[in-house]
Amino acid sequence: MRRRLSGPVDVTQLVVSGIGLVILLFVVYRLVATLMGGTYGVSTYASQAIFGLAQGGIYALIALGYTLVYGILFMINFAHGEIFMGGTYIAYFVIAAFDRSGFLESNPLLAIVATVATAMTASVILALGLERIAYRPLRRAPRLVPLITAIGASLFLQYAFRGLFGTGVKVYPDTHLHVAGIDILGGRYDIGGMVVRPIYFVVFLMAVTLMLALWILVQKTKMGKAMRAVAEDKDTAALMGIDVDRVVVLTFALGAALAGAAGVMFALYNKQVTHTMGFIPGIKAFTAAVLGGIGNVPGAMLGGFFLGLAESTFPTLLGLDSQLKDVIAFGLLVLVLIFRPTGILGEVLSRKRA
Amino acid sequence: MATLEVQGIHSFYGNIEALKGVSLCVNDGEIVTLIGANGAGKSTTLNTICGLVRPRQGTISLDGEVISGLPAHQVVARGVSQAPEGRRIFSRLRVFDNLEMGAFLRKDKDGIASDMERVFELFPRLGERRDQVGGTLSGGEQQMLAIGRALMARPRILLLDEPSMGLAPLLVQEIFSIVQIINAEGTTILLVEQNAHMALSVASRAYVLQSGSVVLEGTSAEVAGNPEVKRAYLGEG
Repeated sequence: MRRRLSGPVDVTQLVVSGIGLVILLFVVYRLVATLMGGTYGVSTYASQAIFGLAQGGIYALIALGYTLVYGILFMINFAHGEIFMGGTYIAYFVIAAFDRSGFLESNPLLAIVATVATAMTASVILALGLERIAYRPLRRAPRLVPLITAIGASLFLQYAFRGLFGTGVKVYPDTHLHVAGIDILGGRYDIGGMVVRPIYFVVFLMAVTLMLALWILVQKTKMGKAMRAVAEDKDTAALMGIDVDRVVVLTFALGAALAGAAGVMFALYNKQVTHTMGFIPGIKAFTAAVLGGIGNVPGAMLGGFFLGLAESTFPTLLGLDSQLKDVIAFGLLVLVLIFRPTGILGEVLSRKRA
Repeated sequence: MATLEVQGIHSFYGNIEALKGVSLCVNDGEIVTLIGANGAGKSTTLNTICGLVRPRQGTISLDGEVISGLPAHQVVARGVSQAPEGRRIFSRLRVFDNLEMGAFLRKDKDGIASDMERVFELFPRLGERRDQVGGTLSGGEQQMLAIGRALMARPRILLLDEPSMGLAPLLVQEIFSIVQIINAEGTTILLVEQNAHMALSVASRAYVLQSGSVVLEGTSAEVAGNPEVKRAYLGEG
């Protein structure tokens, strides 16, 4: 900004600012038109926002995996979406078995916990295998090399699952868990003309709980501080006696565990599991991480929720087809990259560093 | 037996030979200094001792036990700790957390707490700023933190890399007097300095490094009396 004020007028900057202004005007115009038109009631926006928070929680959990790894290794683990898929896929077999044996019906809480634990474990195993085989040998290679490897690993995992389990869609069984008379997993309730699914609240709360746990781990524990030390300066961290490889492994494991948990939560309301299910959420979560400022843990959380909410409410708010939600999500990414490349929280951080 | 014994180490950066057979020893309780011009290999020597750079030839031993070839985090466990050149404190961690990282391998909570109190006694300004993040400290305070952090490992030998760099003369005096206190309390020190005058005044023995080789060694008085040293490093004659 400062440069723009003092230096000669930069044509590119002018054009970009003009485009920004046009987009802003368009958004404001559509927003006002929709709200004045009064086509949709409060209940529409409320139910969209509730869904957006759940979806945003999922994005945030996956985004944390991108951001944690980026913070330590300055590498985008493009196979992270497949880590999410892998855990969800493996856990499907567990929850399907529970369903067949009747355990899911007789003891749903325990069954879900076991399913989530399975997904987390499977995701962690996949991520650690990937780190050991594909990424560690390339630690000192130019940054483009591990990036390309990650894309290869992503395709490898997708096609490995396809080869092992076929292309058919697996469907998570319907689950019901009654708490105080409310079916918090499978229920749909009509409240004043608005359909409310408690599962969205459950997913949102679980996501927030996991994020709080991660935050405490990173901020308060010795291992978390060691992670931050390694993120800042690997050689000096080693001089403290910190085993950098172990911290890297731990970072991959943490990100994968969050992705695995997110996968089961996602499948509880989205039901369908396929070998390609990791791609779109993965790339959305990456978008969320960039929105928040990649490498920044609170940024990933914020970016995830922001993207979830934006995707679910913006199409209606702007009077657009809801099919355009992906256009909105990636449009946001482009806008952030143009106008604020460091992300929402990125600049605050860099100022603190200076 | 010397506390630290470095024998004929050759270290490389890529194909550039940075150390061409450096040998030195530091005895228990001593302050030994390694002086030399920019690029002479002083920091490389320290980083090779610490395990950040692997020597292609030569051995390094601590109390008779060979430590060369160990990765850096295991060298610390044997009792070598370094306050690196340029301080390299963790700017986003609080002062308290930086010190805690210094004691990363220790499990004795009471010992860590009392050592931290000792660091705050040596450097009262760190105590005042214990909850500030490292990046907000002044250069002098960062140097104090780097030394305090290295002390938190309770090292057998403390390696100091240019503690005077970029500091005002008064602060340099202060840091060096604290280095002497630390030594008097029983910590053996290997000090790398460009400020040869300061370094020779606190060290008992000195090595002069030039283009990756030791060209002169002796007591500080002998080295300070050498006409070449006077001309090149002390700015006299």
